[in-house]
Amino acid sequence: MSLSASSQRVEFQERARQALGSASLQRAMAKARGGFVDHRQDAVDALPEFDAIRDAARDIKDHVLANLDGYLELYEQKVIENGGQVHWARDADEASRIIAGICTEAGAKTVTKGKSMVSEEMYLNPVLEAAGMTVVETDLGEYIVQLAGETPSHIIAPAVHKTREQITDLFHQHHSPLGYTDRMTQREALVNEARSVLRERFVTADVGITGANFLVAETGANVIVTNEGNGDLTSCLPRIHIITAGIEKVIPSLDDLSVLLRVLARSATGQEFSSYTSLYSGPRRIGDMEGPEAYHVVLLDNGRSRLLGGQYQPMLRCIRCGACLNHCPVYGAIGGHAYGWVYPGPMGSVLTPLLNGFDQSLDLPNACTLNGRCKEVCPVRIPLSDLLLKHRLEQHDRRLNTVLGRFLLSAWAWLVCRPRLYQGVMALPLWVMHRLGQRRGVLSRFPGAGGWTDSRDLPTPAPRSFLRQWHTRNLRP
Amino acid sequence: MQYVVTEIETKTPISVGLFVTCLADLMRPQVAFAAVSLLERAGCRVRVPREQSCCGQPALNSGDRASTTGIAKNVIQAFVQDDYVVTPSGSCADTLINKYPALFRHDLQWASQAQSLADKTFELTSFLTEKLDLNLEGISYPGVCTYHDSCSGLRELGIQQQPRTLLADVEGLTLSELEDSSVCCGFGGLFSVKYPDISGRIVTDKCAQIQHTGADTVLGGDLGCLLNIAGRLRREGKGLKVFHIAEVLAGMTDGPAIGEAEDQT
Repeated sequence: MSLSASSQRVEFQERARQALGSASLQRAMAKARGGFVDHRQDAVDALPEFDAIRDAARDIKDHVLANLDGYLELYEQKVIENGGQVHWARDADEASRIIAGICTEAGAKTVTKGKSMVSEEMYLNPVLEAAGMTVVETDLGEYIVQLAGETPSHIIAPAVHKTREQITDLFHQHHSPLGYTDRMTQREALVNEARSVLRERFVTADVGITGANFLVAETGANVIVTNEGNGDLTSCLPRIHIITAGIEKVIPSLDDLSVLLRVLARSATGQEFSSYTSLYSGPRRIGDMEGPEAYHVVLLDNGRSRLLGGQYQPMLRCIRCGACLNHCPVYGAIGGHAYGWVYPGPMGSVLTPLLNGFDQSLDLPNACTLNGRCKEVCPVRIPLSDLLLKHRLEQHDRRLNTVLGRFLLSAWAWLVCRPRLYQGVMALPLWVMHRLGQRRGVLSRFPGAGGWTDSRDLPTPAPRSFLRQWHTRNLRP
Repeated sequence: MQYVVTEIETKTPISVGLFVTCLADLMRPQVAFAAVSLLERAGCRVRVPREQSCCGQPALNSGDRASTTGIAKNVIQAFVQDDYVVTPSGSCADTLINKYPALFRHDLQWASQAQSLADKTFELTSFLTEKLDLNLEGISYPGVCTYHDSCSGLRELGIQQQPRTLLADVEGLTLSELEDSSVCCGFGGLFSVKYPDISGRIVTDKCAQIQHTGADTVLGGDLGCLLNIAGRLRREGKGLKVFHIAEVLAGMTDGPAIGEAEDQT
């Protein structure tokens, strides 16, 4: 195991420990947990054909991935026909360079952004700020984490880790200089204050950058799904509109879009449809009253094309609804930042090692109970927990896990393959454990139990194993 | 002893091999004794091969394909002669039923053997409800129980109604359902050892929900989860009893529950 892998491991464990010890994070997560799950369940219960639509959604994405080159070319052709431009970026650096170039050329001073996880992948905000621009996140959650100097901890609810009290403090601190001196504590008042501050930004922005939930090949439209309308103000008001998207976001047609939209909002927030579903197909045409003068699409690969045709290809079906995060007990316990990169939860644990390198994220596929709830709720039926197991097999095959761990595992397996010897070897420790815990029924500490006994007792075993009791008493042949 | 065999109308008892599971073997032998008792009560002839220990799940979930393969071959061979293989764990049953065939998919020699083991393997409560007609007359448990659905059994094998059907026949037993009973308890095998802090957080939440049910007893079909839950309840000083469902169905609840002190009973 390399040094970097070792420190990476310590980092994850340390971040998780901090998250578990943070009272505000735990309070915020506990509050959010039930809502998403219940709302999704209500939405699913109200749509008997939900599972059939999920199958259809999966099939659409599989079809696209099997023909990705063709659909991307068709999409590019349509964008050009509509008067826009498509830029292809191999990696995050190239993408952020392209976007910074467009902004600089336009003489941009203020850039507004709609929610885009791909732009997080590019570390876009620091790049633009280094080029002298003011970048303003306009999604309320994104705006909150930007004020806090943080990154999103959830792919659709970026500030889910924040309590209302923390948001009150942040707004008071950052908005007081703008004249908002009253300390707002109620949800509606906080939203109104943010809306008022952001409205000014929307009007003065030179460039608007949004993500895309889907790219429709047959029309060249990008589709964004929001609940705040901020994406539309970011798309329409500035002189220049830049769309950032991963190459896997393309879908063939508007018919396919209607299928995918039916599972997206239900899986994400439990809504039948989100408040705003907008399609943008290019810059302002002659005679149009409004719209941007220029329309750029920056398509990011960043390791995605490597996954095509391989065992992890199903991961590219992901439509970023966040349902797997909402249903993951580990995510619920530690929040998103502990995962260490852009994408948290089950989808992040599968994707991060694939995009960032296996040895940079050794813990992620292992920090999972394999309970399978993520797989159960995925709207495009990505077998997330199975893919995490594939990661573990690959880590082991590539000898990325610890030497000690590998040795203990093979020694144990060697013994397990010799049941009579195993039964003999286990007899003594079993008897010792029994004697130590006999009176209380549990052991509060036991060497070898690791941290197990930090938060719970270990029930005392019986003095003799079942197999030894059964066979020495000669109860049966 | 009366028995009715629904599937195979014959006087010859069904031969069942018991896959004990390593946790029942080492930590809670009574679960295996209870499983034998239930199977015999339903008319099976139970065989317990000595050449068994673990299904290999810790190796598989750690990514060690070679070790898992070796262990799986042992398990396959140990049960060749049995009509059925029954195990008191949804998680281990899932390993035999779903994981072994996948493991040997490209192994011409072992693929069919893995599949035939998979085809005859059942989790205990599924076997009792789907293949046998178990008469629970005379079995009682005076208490309010809640049931934790273990993840592998629930999601990979569809075990949800089976234990509830059986518990409905136990005299005096009231079931108080657990909110989010399908949410993981945080055990996850080696997960609870590798990430004890995270696991501890999850089981603490689970125990809080258990408390909400007002139940005095927690039941489940997988010892891993039950050891985890019982360990946390004991640490919190809660007096709830924890039993494997087989122990209740077999009327073996007079002794200490899981993690319970001997002198308390």
